[in-house]
This record gives sequence, structure tokens and C-alpha cells, in this order.
Amino acid sequence: MRHIISILMENESGALSRVAGLFSARGYNIESLTVAPTEDPTLSRMTLVTRGDEAIVEQITKQLNKLIEVVKLLDLSDGPHIEREIMLIKLKAENGKREEAMRLVEIFRGKVVDVTDSTFVVELTGKSAKLDAFIKAAHEESVVEVVRSGPLGIARGAKGLRL
Amino acid sequence: MELSGAEIVIQCLKEEGVEYVFGYPGGAVLHIYDALFKQNDIQHILVRHEQGATHAADGYARSCGKPGVALVTSGPGATNAVTGIATAYMDSIPMVVLTGQVPSPFIGSDAFQEVDTVGITRPCVKHNFLIKNVRDIASTFRKAFYLATSGRPGPVVIDIPKDITDPNIKIPFSYPKKIKMRSYNPVAKGHLGQIKRAIDLMLQAERPVIYTGGGVVLDNADKQLVELVRTLGFPITSTLMGLGAYPGTDKQFLGMLGMHGTYEANMAMHETDTLIAIGARFDDRVTGQVAQFCPNATIIHIDIDPSSISKNVRVDVPIVGPVSSVLDDMLLVLKENKQSLKSEALAKWWKQIEVWRSKQCLKYQQGSDIIKPQFAVETLYRVTGGDAFVASDVGQHQMFAAQFYRFNKPRRWINSGGLGTMGFGLPAGMGIQMAYPDASVAVVTGEASIQMCIQELATCKQYHLPLKIMLLNNGYMGMVRQWQEFFYEGRYSHSYVDSLPDFVKLAESYGHVGMKIEQPNDLEAAMQEAFAMRDRLVFMDVVVDPTENVYPMIEAGKGHHEMYMSPGSELV
Ligand SMILES: Cc1ncc(C[n+]2csc(CCOP(=O)(O)OP(=O)(O)O)c2C)c(N)n1
Ligand SMILES: [Mg+2]
Repeated sequence: MRHIISILMENESGALSRVAGLFSARGYNIESLTVAPTEDPTLSRMTLVTRGDEAIVEQITKQLNKLIEVVKLLDLSDGPHIEREIMLIKLKAENGKREEAMRLVEIFRGKVVDVTDSTFVVELTGKSAKLDAFIKAAHEESVVEVVRSGPLGIARGAKGLRL
Repeated sequence: MELSGAEIVIQCLKEEGVEYVFGYPGGAVLHIYDALFKQNDIQHILVRHEQGATHAADGYARSCGKPGVALVTSGPGATNAVTGIATAYMDSIPMVVLTGQVPSPFIGSDAFQEVDTVGITRPCVKHNFLIKNVRDIASTFRKAFYLATSGRPGPVVIDIPKDITDPNIKIPFSYPKKIKMRSYNPVAKGHLGQIKRAIDLMLQAERPVIYTGGGVVLDNADKQLVELVRTLGFPITSTLMGLGAYPGTDKQFLGMLGMHGTYEANMAMHETDTLIAIGARFDDRVTGQVAQFCPNATIIHIDIDPSSISKNVRVDVPIVGPVSSVLDDMLLVLKENKQSLKSEALAKWWKQIEVWRSKQCLKYQQGSDIIKPQFAVETLYRVTGGDAFVASDVGQHQMFAAQFYRFNKPRRWINSGGLGTMGFGLPAGMGIQMAYPDASVAVVTGEASIQMCIQELATCKQYHLPLKIMLLNNGYMGMVRQWQEFFYEGRYSHSYVDSLPDFVKLAESYGHVGMKIEQPNDLEAAMQEAFAMRDRLVFMDVVVDPTENVYPMIEAGKGHHEMYMSPGSELV
């Protein structure tokens, strides 16, 4: 099963490599990983997507917790949560294709953020599956480049993962 | 008080009550060595190889429970120390290793003797630090010692760039009194509800087994363990790492379990209905084939490290907490519980165990012409009154020592269980002897293992460490030869240890006493003589049967009930 794990850790150099090293050393699967500082400059937030059966994911969360620099973590998949990923995608927009591409952007509620004679760049936010669907709909031959952030997540409800 | 970085390093060690630093100098740590030179509180032990420094610090820690400290230079000094760091990590030994680093401005420039020590050691330390500011030295040391010794212990590396110890930059020094890390809070007590559940299950058990590991030794929980085991009257077995926590000569003790465990211990594991695992981590050398492990048992597991629980084997009642405090609570709960033990079923269980025991799985034949390694260990046991510290290397001799030296006290059996590091024994013995200058310290080793850190004989000479080295010389990497005999149709590929030195002359050339012992009848007297030389290191080259194997044996990946038994014993 796919799990999305949200981690608060000390904002120290080397912390990221401890997490990455843990996954490679123990042979855990890592689908995506995003890191950024938080409103508290001493903390960074990491969002990690992994796959594995219950026993493996249990080990993954325990091993992450064991890292000295990890302050708190939450497996968002354990409860209702919101997941978003951002994508910047450069599409060919020559001749007749422009109209069609614009329609697609509208349907997916994307935003055109750059235009040239022959291309545009679309910004799109949503669940990873929605981004996948957009890429599929856009047709392979018209896609020039895809840049995705990897998913971010937050639990629904009143509680927050914070100190 | 204004101090330089180097002086602060020394001051921090003093604040932590460090007596000995095992080290080896080099460019990046010269400022620290200069500060060492100017003081008398901390004794520096100059080893002959950085691997020796880490193993010695480790042996010190294992024997006395205080954190061991090693000091090495950057680059090759640090890489040489890695084997010792990994050895300590695998067995959860508290240790602080100081490594020099090139000056901060040079980091990342492939400077002379630069390696990424923090990167290299990351997977084999509990934690590591790179100090970036003189002002951070004191707090980093405080954290490092706290991390190394609390929770599940382990080695911590502090990497110190040379400019940080510059004697010309002085700052005010004060050592932090309190330490709190928001990201690190080891559990102080087990969950009472879980403990009560465990006790209920234990009282209902008909075929219980208590299975203990190194965690009992590390947390000094031997007294509580003995009380619990005696109160319950249950059989107990131990891993290689836990030997000595429960008296090895006691009737309730079934001997070691696992790959080279006793028949009775392994059969009891296979048949048990209630397994109580205490400070043990279900290592593959213990479990064998996981699918066949304790097939009928409800499993209770006490461990300080949550990630040890249900890692290899699914556990029914996990209890996370320090072994000593959990056992204290268990004893209290047990006193309040009105339920009584299933004494009839237990009596039947013990009867079954005695049947297994009567097979005498460790039996061997000592003839009159060639010394059996088992006999050598038994002789060592007799001559030392069962009361020596025994440091071991890795191989058959290690297993024979574990099987035949019956440890009645914790911290007496010192070996590399998790990593299985050949070369560990001699330097570890030095660390033990430093901690206990007047104790008998034996090093049980093989002719292959001893050559991996043989240079430390010089260190022993310099610091008057009167170790008694018992080399079980079988001319082979015996453990390798045994596997080749069993699983490779006797193709002894590169396991013969050719071109051996004359160990007697070798010992003598280092200034020690050497003895060669070949006759079974000479062994005891020679050993008496060796141990009578209280102030000398004696190197006993004991020539043993080159073809002896370690029995019983469970092939990797097999179940506990599928043991190879010695050709002499009744086959199962
Ligand atoms: C550093 C290291 N290299 C290789 C091994 C693999 N190994 C395990 S036991 C052994 C043979 C040990 O031979 P010896 O020291 O003579 O002991 P014996 O088994 O003969 O008692 C070897 C090579 C190891 N454990 N450690
Ligand atoms: Mg040998």
C-alpha cells in the first residue's frame, strides 16, 4: 500500500541524508520526498511517499522515529487527509494544437504561466492521480517537459502536526 | 575561565568522568594531543592501529558499563576506526569516538587526509556530529555522551575540524548541566497495562521459555532477571550476547540458543507455548527460519527500542522500556496477582526438557594425544575458577568459549556478536584490563583472528597489561572450514592458514611470555603457570584438533528442531 508520511525534523545539515540513507540502507522504497523549512526556522518539514505492506511501513515509521533529528512524524494514510502535488508542464502549442491545449487546461483548472510562439507552461495542482490524468490527456507527443513537486499532505480536522 | 577548543575537548572529557582515551595521533588532532600532554587527569593509551583503539574502548565499555572513548585523526585514522565503530553499533555499546577533520575552510576540497567521516560512519553510529564552531564543543560533547549511554546505547562520533581546536582562539568555557533534546526522549518505563497482560499470560503458560539477550546485560538487569526466573521456575535460555546475565551453572539455565545453541534450548523454543523475550532482538542466528520459529507460541517482547519489536518476528505483547524497570514492575505485578502457576503442566514441561538435556548435546571425546578445543575451554574455566573476564575473537573458538565457559556473572563474556569482527579479542581484552587492572582477563582466539590485530601486543607491553591469550590453533579458519565441510563437499577453498608465525617467538619478540602446548596432559599445568604470572602477558599457543566442528548446528534458514548433532551424540 502507498503511504504518505509527514515528518518534522531538526533543520540541520545532514538531516536529509540520514533519512535518504535509512531508506537505501534498509532497502525501503521511496517514491517521492520533499523538504522545506517551516514557520519555525529550527524545524523542517519532510513529506515522504513510500510503498510497502503493514509490517514494512511499521518498521519505516519506527526507524524514522529512531533517527535522533526526527522530532515528530505522522503517517497521514492512517486517517482522512488532503494531498496535493504541483506540476509545471511545458506543452507544444503549434498551429491547431493551441485551442485543444487551452481547453484541457481549463477542464483541469490549470493556469498558463508562460507562453512562447510554440509552447506554453501550465501550472497544475491536485492529487497525484489528477496530474497523471492531465499528462495522459495532453498526449505524449505534445509534452516537452514535466516537473512535479511530489505530494504534500495535511491531516483533515482540527489537530495539526506541530510541536 | 577562557579555554581553547583543544582544552575544551579535554575539559569535556573530564566533566564526563572519562578515565582513559584510546587513541592514535595525526595532523588533524595535534592540537588535542598537545592539550592532552599538558594534563594528568585523563590517561591516553597509545594503540598501534585505530581499529585497536575502537575495540579497546568498546571492551572497556562492555566490561564496566561506562562509555568508552577513542581519539583518532582524520582520513585514514577515521576509516581505520570504522570497523570498531560498526562492531560497537551492532552490539549497542556506548562509545564516543572523536575524529579529527581537516580545517573547516578545507572541507569539501579533497584536502590532505580528508574523508567525509560523518557520511562514512552515518549508517553505523547511533548519531554523529560535525562541530562547526568552538562554541558548540561543550554542548555537542554533552549530547554525545547522553546519546551514547541512554536509551538503546550505541557509538557516537564527533568529527572535529582542526581549526576548531586552534590553541590561539580562546573562549569562556562552561559545561551544560542539564540536557534536553526535543527530538530524543527514550522511554523510561514500560506500559503497565501491557506488563499486566504479560504476567497473566505467563501465569497461564504450560510450556514457557524465557529468552534473554544483550539488553539485560546492557541495562544491568541481571538481579531482577534472576529473581523473576527463580520466582516463576521457568526454563531460561540466552543469546550469545546475553550470557552471564543469568548464572550459566544454574539448573534452570538451558544454555545458549540458536545456530550453535544446545539441543534442549532449541527444542524448548520449538515447543514452547509462551515465549518471553527480554532485551533480545530475534537475530537470524537465533531464530533460524522465521516461518518455523516458535510455531506454537504467544510471544511477549521487552525491549528499549521500539524498532526491535516485530521487526523479524511478529510479537503478541510488546513492552517498550528499559529492561530493568520493566522487570521491576513485573515483579511487583506478579506479587499482587492472585493467580497461581500451572504447576502440573510445568512439571511435565521440565520432564520433557530433562529428556532433551539427557542427550548431552555438547559431549565430546578427549583422547590422550590431541587437545580438543572444548577441553581447552573447560580447562580455562577450571583454572580461572569460572571467574575470569573472557574476551573472544570470531570463529569456532568463540562458539566453544560460549558453550563451555559457564558464565555466572554479567559483563564477563566480551565478544563481537552482531558484526562478528575478527581482530576484536585482543584489543577488547586491553580495554577490559584497563577497567579492571587486577582481574584475570583471558583472550580466546584463533590463529587467523589473532593476526588481525596482533600489533596490539606492543600496546600491552607498554601499558603492562597482563592478558592471558589462549590461542586455539587449529591451523584453519575453522568456522569457514566447517561450512565448507558441511555445505561445499569439503572443498577447503582458502581456509587453511598457511605460513603461520612461530607464536612463541612472536610473543617473546614483543617482550611477553610465549608457551606452546600440544599435549592434553600438559594443558592444565601450563595454564596454571600462565595465570600465576600475574604481571606478565602470556601467549599460550594451544595446538588443537584441526578437524573439530562446532555442534549442535542449525543450518542457516532451518528450524530450531532441525539440528546437526555431533557424530558422537545420539542423532535426532
Ligand atoms: C574481519 C573478518 N573477516 C572475515 C570473517 C569471516 N570469518 C568468520 S570465522 C573465520 C575464521 C576464523 O578463524 P580462526 O580465527 O582461526 O578461528 P577458528 O574458527 O579456527 O576457531 C572467518 C574468516 C570475519 N568474521 N571477520
Ligand atoms: Mg583457526
